[in-house]
Amino acid sequence: MALKNGWELVVGLEVHCELATNTKIFCSCANQFGDEPNTNICPVCLGLPGSLPVLNHMAVEFAMRIGSALHCRVEPSIFHRKNYFYPDMPKDYQVSQNDEPINVDGYLELPDGFRVGIERAHMEEDTGKTQHMGSSGRIHGANYSLVDYNRAGVPLVEIVSRPDIRTAEQAKAYVAELRSILVATGASNGKMEEGSLRVDANVSVRQPGHEYGTRCEIKNLNSLRSLTRAIEYEANRQIDLREAGERIVQETRHWNEEDGRTSSMRSKEEAMDYRYFPEPDLVPIAPSAEWVAAVRDALPLMPADRRRLLSEATGGELAPGSDPIVTIVDQGLDALVLGAVAHGGDGRRAVNRVANEVVTAEQGARLNIAGFAALLVMEAQAKLTSTQAKAVLVEMMETQASDPAAIATARGFQAMDSGVAETLVDELIAAHPAEFERLRAGDTKVAGFFVGAAMKASGGKADGKLVTGLLRQRAGL
Amino acid sequence: MSAPTRTVVTVSTGDPGTAANIAADVRAGRRTAVDVLAQHFARIDAHEGDVHAFNLVLRQQAGEQAATVDAAVAAGIDPGPLAGIPVALKDNLCTRGIETTCSSRILEGWKPPYSATVVQRLAAAGAVAVGKTNLDEFAMGSSTENSAFGPTRNPHDHTKVPGGSSGGSAAAVAAGFASIALGSDTGGSIRQPASLCGIVGMKPTYGLVSRYGLVAYASSLDQIGPFAHTVEDAALLLENIAGHDPADSTSIDAPPPSLVAAVRRGRADGVPGLRVGIVEELSGEGMSSDVLARLDVAVDRLRTAGATVGHVSVESTKLCLSAYYLIAPAEASSNLSRYDGVRYGLRVSQGAANVEEMMANTRAAGFGAEVKRRIMLGTYALSAGYYDAYYGQAQKVRTLIIEDFRRAYQQFDVLITPTSPTTAFSFGDKTADPFTMYLTDVCTIPSNLAGDPAISVPCGVGDDGMPIGVQLLGPALSEAVLLGAAAVIEKGN
Amino acid sequence: MSERLTRADVVHVARLARLTLGDAEVQSFTLELADILAHAHDVASLDTAGVVPTAHPLPLVNVLRADVIRPGVDRTEVLAMAPWAEDDRFRVPKILGETT
Ligand SMILES: [Mg+2]
Ligand SMILES: [Zn+2]
Repeated sequence: MALKNGWELVVGLEVHCELATNTKIFCSCANQFGDEPNTNICPVCLGLPGSLPVLNHMAVEFAMRIGSALHCRVEPSIFHRKNYFYPDMPKDYQVSQNDEPINVDGYLELPDGFRVGIERAHMEEDTGKTQHMGSSGRIHGANYSLVDYNRAGVPLVEIVSRPDIRTAEQAKAYVAELRSILVATGASNGKMEEGSLRVDANVSVRQPGHEYGTRCEIKNLNSLRSLTRAIEYEANRQIDLREAGERIVQETRHWNEEDGRTSSMRSKEEAMDYRYFPEPDLVPIAPSAEWVAAVRDALPLMPADRRRLLSEATGGELAPGSDPIVTIVDQGLDALVLGAVAHGGDGRRAVNRVANEVVTAEQGARLNIAGFAALLVMEAQAKLTSTQAKAVLVEMMETQASDPAAIATARGFQAMDSGVAETLVDELIAAHPAEFERLRAGDTKVAGFFVGAAMKASGGKADGKLVTGLLRQRAGL
Repeated sequence: MSAPTRTVVTVSTGDPGTAANIAADVRAGRRTAVDVLAQHFARIDAHEGDVHAFNLVLRQQAGEQAATVDAAVAAGIDPGPLAGIPVALKDNLCTRGIETTCSSRILEGWKPPYSATVVQRLAAAGAVAVGKTNLDEFAMGSSTENSAFGPTRNPHDHTKVPGGSSGGSAAAVAAGFASIALGSDTGGSIRQPASLCGIVGMKPTYGLVSRYGLVAYASSLDQIGPFAHTVEDAALLLENIAGHDPADSTSIDAPPPSLVAAVRRGRADGVPGLRVGIVEELSGEGMSSDVLARLDVAVDRLRTAGATVGHVSVESTKLCLSAYYLIAPAEASSNLSRYDGVRYGLRVSQGAANVEEMMANTRAAGFGAEVKRRIMLGTYALSAGYYDAYYGQAQKVRTLIIEDFRRAYQQFDVLITPTSPTTAFSFGDKTADPFTMYLTDVCTIPSNLAGDPAISVPCGVGDDGMPIGVQLLGPALSEAVLLGAAAVIEKGN
Repeated sequence: MSERLTRADVVHVARLARLTLGDAEVQSFTLELADILAHAHDVASLDTAGVVPTAHPLPLVNVLRADVIRPGVDRTEVLAMAPWAEDDRFRVPKILGETT
């Protein structure tokens, strides 16, 4: 979506990712979503006087995986205290990494090849959960709040992008891609609906070539839909202000899903003074070169690499960012495609069949790779029409059968001889002169009618493409 | 204040003897832990009303613990190296199910759901906890006058302060309410009250004793340490609380040192060849003459026992007080944020329209003046635009101090200074001007900033008849050396 | 620092530190903090070019814990200590959030 009057959108995203560890970042309480309130708590994550944090090995490991997958440098790092008062934060400071984060300076490659810079991906602890009680159920107008500390101390990695994003669609693609990367590393379950991924967007507008405008940070973006809607709303709000000659105030704004607007969070002049200082209860993290290399080497292929491999399997006929390839990677069906190609199947046909007919990982799991490859070969050799091939594929998934030839034989499938097809087409033209006249007059939609009729007459054996070709020939198109 | 009286333990009938003796007797079945405890409770009953060493006396629990120890002995089971020793706990150490207040209104009534690692280790070693001792609120002070529950009096003279912040623990041991005690030392809070009350007090190397369960004042400076009548008892107690704790990330991962043996060696063999350096910056200006006279006596004792003595300049000690009063309040301002009326302790809701106001009103009502002063100071020192000049700069000074000490320890094995510039002062003497009070920690603060161990050992009395301690400092993990040298000074008493 | 601490600074810091201060307290803190900071001038004005700050006296690194669940504390014990609990959670007065 382009902005009005030539304005350019500038977006940087901060994504908070809850790590899929067994325990919290600084204590041995379970990191578990959805449990009874205040059941996964201990002196440490409640911030009780005298308690001390001890860093979870796996949280560091996951943070390093995320950094490596985002092409960051993994560096020696320390924790800081970020001081501010809030009832869901048990110590009234958040232990976070400030100026020496574990991962710096990477990038994320979108399916279309565009690279979004990653400034940093640092570790920190999550806060508890506050429920606002009162008529509205929202923070504004609530009479009081109830706090559950089960989530307090859940390990987070905050991934901060550079302000490289230029459209709302790109922001959405970035989050979707990041989500697949996080899931691929095993560091996250990627469930946005459970709050495992939470996105804040820094949005500003400018005229191309000008300096960055003043930005606003939008919070509470809990879905990809909210993300794009909020960015578009906010961009237009800022443009309207700028065009009216007003200044943008740098502030944090809250996205309201119901009314589709962003609104200013209460601005507190002291809110920005977090009084960071090094956390004295923790010691520095200095991962050895061996540890960093071991983490990097153990990473599975990332989505961008997998898309590239699939594209290569089609001989480059399909781009890495093409829809079918993106679908296959999203669903984790790469192995089916690459396996079929290894068994002699045609890459492009394999990609299209998997993306359009198999679609889901569950379906894919029901398919025998060698059998799928054999089906592709039969189709390529014109032993089956594409309609027949699809029907065989559906049956293979339904019955988990592995021999497509047997199914084709049982169904009496064989490609129709071209002579028989010509006879059939001529019979149909004779039977439907009015329709044929319309076709001749250029109404190509009528071709569909004839193909359908041919299928019916032949019991599904007719090759749709062949019938269409013959019709066009007869009609002189 | 009552007229000057004394409640100090003197060797007489009914003296329970040293902690080491108590444990040896109880383990051997010569005495029962219940009897030993009764002796201490008798002293508490007689004098606690004057001294006010305790926020809470654990009469019932202590009786049960002592009975358990005796039952173990009777069953032929060794109750542990601290069997039956009555110990007092500074009231900033968490004790499960038992009120832990830090002498603050804001924590009044709070019962932690867990015990500090040191408290668990003491119980496992057979010690008997007799009570929670008074302190300057959140350990911020040098006289115990900042307690929300009233001051503790020096057992040697009830018109004088016991020192602080661990004044209650020092007074409890000096008055014979407990045989030994635990305190915490952030800028001298064990050593200074030990000196003012005439007992031994030690701040171990940072990381030697787990801080888990010690309510934090300034996390990078706080250390738990022992109070005792004798150097050997201090060593015995330290030996049993030291050692790695996986619950404290800053805990040193090494086996605990053998300390009692070092004390006995020092007492028997002296300190032949030990190089002792008198710190020039802390042995002249600002120190009262009687304190300096006792420092000379201590030096003579070491020399007589085989030490070589010289003078050394540790110039950056002059910066320590300033650096400390930037670092400690900064960390404290953050550590004390959690007292916000949400999860435990005091809440003042009246007149609060929202949670922010509730927090601010609770903290205003719950904290005393000195705590507020340090929170304010620390918040300012960390705030935007001032971090580099204050906190950041103080952290660099810390580096200079560490380097200065490292140089000094190339020439000397241990350094010696007074513990406190004066003997115990009178109530109210230093409360009018906060900075005057801060000056009493000038000798003790450097080892907290450096993370090094230091011990205060009694060495006679001053012109006013009040106790004077001298301080020995050493490099990290030199506890055995310090205790051996302290035993030499003690032997001359 | 050469600038003198002002009343306004004290009011600002008190808000950051969530301390409700009366006028008299603001007054006395303004004087006392200025005095303490004046004493800290030796540290604030020291030339420390090239000196690395020490955040911690110990040179420890990588102190890590295995990712194994261990029992925490019982919520009844903790909630019993809360000034106000409701529905197994900690109840607090209303939180100021976004404006409308
Ligand atoms: Mg963050
Ligand atoms: Zn926990």
